[in-house]
Amino acid sequence: MIFKDYNPLEKKMLQIMDETGTIVKPELMPDLTDDEIKEIYRLMVKTRETDKKALMYQRQGRMLTYAPNLGQEAAQVASAFALEKRDWMVPAFRELGAWLTRGAELEMIYLYWYGNEFGSYVPEDLRILPVSVPIASHLQHAVGIAWAAKLQGKDEVAITYFGDGATSQGDFSESMNWAGVYKAPTVFFCQNNQFAISVPRGIQTAAETIAQKAIAFGMPGIQVDGNDIFAVYAATKEAVDRARRGEGPTLIEAYTYRLGAHTTSDDPTRYRSNDEVEEWSKRDPIDRLKKYLLSKGLLTEEEEAQIVEAYGKLAEEAFKYVEANGETQLEDIFKYHYKEMTPQLVEQMEEYKQFLRERGEI
Amino acid sequence: MAAINLLQAVNEALRQEMKRDPRVIVFGEDVGYEGGVFRATVDLQKEFGKDRCMDSPLAESAIVGVGIGMAINGMIPVVEMQFSGFSYPAFNQIISHVARMRNRSRGRYTVPMVIRMPYGGGIRALEHHSESPEAFFAHIPGLKVVMPSTPYDTKGLLAAAIRDEDPVIFLEPKRIYRAFKQEVPEEDYIIPIGKAKVVREGTDITLIAWGAMMRETLKAAELAAEKGIHPEVIDLRTIAPIDRDTVIASVKKTGRAIIVHEAPKTGGIGGELMAIINEKAFLHLEAPPTRVTGFDTPFPLPRGEQHYLPSPERILVKIQEVVNYLT
Ligand SMILES: Cc1ncc(C[n+]2csc(CCOP(=O)(O)OP(=O)(O)O)c2C)c(N)n1
Repeated sequence: MIFKDYNPLEKKMLQIMDETGTIVKPELMPDLTDDEIKEIYRLMVKTRETDKKALMYQRQGRMLTYAPNLGQEAAQVASAFALEKRDWMVPAFRELGAWLTRGAELEMIYLYWYGNEFGSYVPEDLRILPVSVPIASHLQHAVGIAWAAKLQGKDEVAITYFGDGATSQGDFSESMNWAGVYKAPTVFFCQNNQFAISVPRGIQTAAETIAQKAIAFGMPGIQVDGNDIFAVYAATKEAVDRARRGEGPTLIEAYTYRLGAHTTSDDPTRYRSNDEVEEWSKRDPIDRLKKYLLSKGLLTEEEEAQIVEAYGKLAEEAFKYVEANGETQLEDIFKYHYKEMTPQLVEQMEEYKQFLRERGEI
Repeated sequence: MAAINLLQAVNEALRQEMKRDPRVIVFGEDVGYEGGVFRATVDLQKEFGKDRCMDSPLAESAIVGVGIGMAINGMIPVVEMQFSGFSYPAFNQIISHVARMRNRSRGRYTVPMVIRMPYGGGIRALEHHSESPEAFFAHIPGLKVVMPSTPYDTKGLLAAAIRDEDPVIFLEPKRIYRAFKQEVPEEDYIIPIGKAKVVREGTDITLIAWGAMMRETLKAAELAAEKGIHPEVIDLRTIAPIDRDTVIASVKKTGRAIIVHEAPKTGGIGGELMAIINEKAFLHLEAPPTRVTGFDTPFPLPRGEQHYLPSPERILVKIQEVVNYLT
């Protein structure tokens, strides 16, 4: 329904709640209970507090390179909220909010950014693929997962997250094309946060919207206000339902903004103005939802303060654990390339261990 | 037992594995309806249906990338790169993900897939249709690389590759797809990955080759024998991980070694084998190990390829050089 009414070629963007927290399209309000809306809010705050702490630890030299999430909480939490437990999530590297919504533990997330592969050992009951760094390459995996589900008659949908920069990659086109041809139950979720490191969205494509790229691949595309949880949720839910019904893939462009740096190694003041950042700060997704909740009497200022504090503490605890347990075990470097180590790997490991032994280091 | 050629052995292994395990699926460019440009997958779609053997869009990165997702979600994709020279668009997927998913996720996600590719020259083809890219793949931790040279080995090794829980790059010597037939058992069987084979016993020098170069190498061994030199010949069969034990045992016996491959000399697997021999058999050597290979050039167009491919005569000259070293 909404995909028909919000044709990206007509430059329409779906917004249900405006920047003041007012519902401007009540007829499109998704089917979410007050408790669920509150849960989305909590997850967004959890994301922000976890993100803030990560940045703080990084500045203190205790955490390594980190890709901040600030400003993208609505896009991630509300989209991941539209999935079922049996569905798959195939992330890039800036999806903290989606990870937390899917139930990932903070320890695991911090462990990854702390520099240990065990942070990508996703527990068996979570269907999340590890962080994928090579831009857009993981979109292909989402299509494969979805297609395999379809061929095996499993009721599973795959959602994949990526940025505006990723849409310039061949893998974006190849995977969208394939999903279209074989109607693989895939949701392509693009967070257009306006930048790929320093390069603005306008240098990625001459197309008016990213959403319209869907049309050429024979699937619906929609641009949504990425800072509005209701718009994000409604579009994602519709896309997931479509996929489940066997109607194939959808491209969603969540129009948002990366308020922080690209990573902790980046200085965004070199390529964008403070005024622009100010402007977008006014559209902060958490503030917006908070206004809505306050107006509905679903939240008080005191409760908010409590939630913020509790998640801050949780993050501190998690990081403490990681600092105490985060070092890589030597054997783990060799152990996971094949089901069984090759004689070559065994020899290399033993030779190195002998070297360490002779120096009294193990 | 029936006499079949190498291409039929590929087809038979695929058919038997698809029958044995419903998770096995086959796809690639022209692979479904037509059965592949070489006909390696012929009749599989007819027999198993369009959900087991399909035509893919023309996109190598997607063939491998989508295969990764399928492997993660419970299937065993056996995908085809139409020619090894067209596998390069899929390099990122192979190197960054196929090879690493197990390690990255500390064993939570694995990619038990097979990437088949016809490789090698001597078929008078257009540019990009003749390369031997085994060294690229052998260099990547997490991949196994297999290159059979006979119908019998092809069937057993491809079955082993499909059953392997790790990803396997399976390079098929297209020049000898239909070159000769061999008696091959109809029942299924496995040849273990990681095991080389001594295909001719000898005492004076060890010749190591694989894939399409086995025929040239064996021919050279015969020519040498006529001159009173008795080479031992090893078919390496698996390029990664290399069966060092078989190589070393032979070189310790003969004291001399020549490696033969089609790929360019620099950075080729020949260099790796020479390094292994130096590390493990140095004191047994009567002469420096050496190699006969393609040149450090792109594979020439058909009017020049006979110069590029190692010939029995080139190998023979090298054998004589090595055997007469310092005499
Ligand atoms: C194939 C590839 N090229 C370059 C990079 C380096 N790089 C990391 S993130 C990034 C920008 C990504 O932009 P976008 O896809 O919009 O995602 P965002 O960072 O905005 O979340 C680049 C160029 C990479 N990781 N992978």
